[in-house]
Amino acid sequence: MIKVNGRQFPWEENLTIKKLLEKKNYTFPNLVVKINEKVIDPENFEVAVIADGDDVKVIHLITGG
Amino acid sequence: MIRKVLTEFSYVPAKLDRGYVNKTLYINVSDYKISEKPVTEMVKEKFIGGRGFGLWYLWNAVTPETKWDDSENEIIVSPGPVGGITQYPGAGKSLVVSLSPTTGTVVDSNVGGHFGPLLKFSGWDALEVQGKSEQDVVIFIDGNAGLVRIESLPELANDSHLLVEQLTDYYACNEEDKRSISIISAGSAADHTLIGMLNFSFYDSRRKAIRLKQAGRGGIGSVLRNKHIKAIVVKFAGVKGNLNNPADFNKIAKTGIKLHKEIKNGDDKQCQMRVRGTTYLVKIMNDYDLLPTYNFKYGSHSDGEKITAPHWVERFDLGKADGCWYGCTLSCCKVVGDFVLKTGPYQGQRVIMDAPEYETIAGVGSNCGIFDIDYIMECNFYCDTYGVDTISFGTLTAFLMECYENGILDQEKTGGLELKFGNGVAVLELLHQMSRGEGFGKIAGLGIRKCKEYFVKEYHADIDFLNDIGMEAKGMEYAEYVSKESLVQQGGFGLANKGPQHDEAWLIFMDMVNNQLPTFEDKAEALHYFPMFRTWLGLVGLCKLPWNDIVPEDNNRTAEPNKIPEHVQNYVDLFNAMTGRNIDIDEMLRQSERVYNFQRVFNLKMGFGTREHDSIPYRSVGPVTVEEYQSRQDRYDNQLVELLAYNPEGKSTADKLQVLRNYREGQYQKLIDAVYQRRGWTEQGIPKIETLQALGIDLPEVIAVVKKHLA
Ligand code: SF4
Repeated sequence: MIKVNGRQFPWEENLTIKKLLEKKNYTFPNLVVKINEKVIDPENFEVAVIADGDDVKVIHLITGG
Repeated sequence: MIRKVLTEFSYVPAKLDRGYVNKTLYINVSDYKISEKPVTEMVKEKFIGGRGFGLWYLWNAVTPETKWDDSENEIIVSPGPVGGITQYPGAGKSLVVSLSPTTGTVVDSNVGGHFGPLLKFSGWDALEVQGKSEQDVVIFIDGNAGLVRIESLPELANDSHLLVEQLTDYYACNEEDKRSISIISAGSAADHTLIGMLNFSFYDSRRKAIRLKQAGRGGIGSVLRNKHIKAIVVKFAGVKGNLNNPADFNKIAKTGIKLHKEIKNGDDKQCQMRVRGTTYLVKIMNDYDLLPTYNFKYGSHSDGEKITAPHWVERFDLGKADGCWYGCTLSCCKVVGDFVLKTGPYQGQRVIMDAPEYETIAGVGSNCGIFDIDYIMECNFYCDTYGVDTISFGTLTAFLMECYENGILDQEKTGGLELKFGNGVAVLELLHQMSRGEGFGKIAGLGIRKCKEYFVKEYHADIDFLNDIGMEAKGMEYAEYVSKESLVQQGGFGLANKGPQHDEAWLIFMDMVNNQLPTFEDKAEALHYFPMFRTWLGLVGLCKLPWNDIVPEDNNRTAEPNKIPEHVQNYVDLFNAMTGRNIDIDEMLRQSERVYNFQRVFNLKMGFGTREHDSIPYRSVGPVTVEEYQSRQDRYDNQLVELLAYNPEGKSTADKLQVLRNYREGQYQKLIDAVYQRRGWTEQGIPKIETLQALGIDLPEVIAVVKKHLA
């Protein structure tokens, strides 16, 4: 299990940020992503691997007209 | 064209000093009186400009007894001290303030187009229009000649797309001069409905077409037409980058360059506003279950894809600058270059039109169960030219459709309109009826709140059901976001001073997705900070979109990325560079808080503004109907277990609905308590005297209103 925005989420082998975003259907373009409080830049979403037990934050910036 | 000059007023156009002219223009169309008023230091200090000026001048014009259609009601337009600069994106906004026909109290609406900046360069920090003319008039302000005229031009068309063309041709000396002109107008439906809006025009010299931006909310177009004002025209030739005469021009230029670079480098990777405008939000909202469909019953639809950005982009005339004021490189205002109208009085005509924005697509489209971009464009065009607010029209029509599907309305009552979800033909006919002031269109044009009263009185409809599904608060129709899963956004809508528009706070992601606001204190803090910050943009004349629809590359490394701290600092820098003052972020928020609290007290003065006026329809809080609950049964069942330790096994949907409802309604009340406390208001939502004193908005007339309510 990992935590995504404070809520439990199932972990799997080779889970990258990109895969996680797909699984969660997080399609919003302006995201701030952190693994255990370490910021991951968007160009690294594809390679940043999440370990079991990690605390992941996917902060969606404010939007709305 | 036949013209009769009814009155004329000459003035010496003053130059701006640090963002202000220090004069406002007052026009009374009852007795054709025109005068100028000085702007005092007190007014600048406490009200800043824009919405603040509008509120102050209106406060002084009306009494608690004044109604929207009384001649004392005013329309005030003010651009704010930073408005009009061309160096920083998004600096062409005007704020319009009036008493609203649908809410009965004060409303503010922000709008692009060139009117506000040209008004200012013509020598006026604000325009105050009062009175009611006996005949249709045009107000003409010539900022180069120093002339204001009230004129009668009886041959003018009613609808905006024709009217602005006639007037632009009439007042411009030549093609080049058309850029000097901006016009405020409404349209034929604003004559017959309470949801009329104002169009603000500008001339797009690259397309050789007049563009229209809208001050949509609150029915101010209906106020304009009730005053028998056909149009307000401003003409000023000679726009340059330094007309605001700022204290520190270089600072403004530098701050602007920084943002231009950010947009150039970042927009393609972020929201792609320059290509897609706000249409990009449709897919996002559909993906996150936030796109209103079927009168806000649901937040997504399998046909949602049909109205997403790629379909719009195909129709856009791209490659030309699409800023609604000079210098906005975010340029989100898209154009459909060639559209053939299929219905109504202009059937068969080819038009160039401002493309629908997210709110319109969601309002007249998905929320009415219609996923057809040609229909949405047709509806958008007619709403604009008839002078109807697309948001109110969309939310209202979705409500009528649900009434129809529940048997509250039928074809006999609608005069033959089959107002089922998905029926775009009926929606367009309803709109055409509004423009003609005929049939069911006339009843619908009263807006949701008054329709509810009418349906109860005339058709014996169940008021509780109507209150649950009628998506209005304070008498204003909701903007187009589903707030059911975000308690904070329920407050963002319900606690907004003017009614449920999201320009005070859009906090759904922070709350529902990011889970960043777990406690009531967190929620209240967000509902304090964001409305205050966003209010400020409307005081100085700035657009909200360049604040957060583009972010600096290193924003993700800041302590509070949601606030976009670098952009907030940009705003402080712009204000200081313009005015020569030295405010910091705290003072910026205090400036807003003063005006925000003043607006709350203004509501009190008009008989609103207490706790009961912050109540919201249950549709915005949770599922009203069985089908709605069952559509997301797992979600709601889980919540019953997790939040209430209530076992849904074997329970009827009706039982579960009620348990969930009791819980959610209770949460909303707790939220209100927390927000009132954070804002320094009483449990009834009345600003405390010590709050007003601490903010420096304890003017004797303000305190007098509050004291009455505290007594
Ligand atoms: S971002 Fe869009 S709405 Fe805002 S000022 Fe620029 S063009 Fe106008």
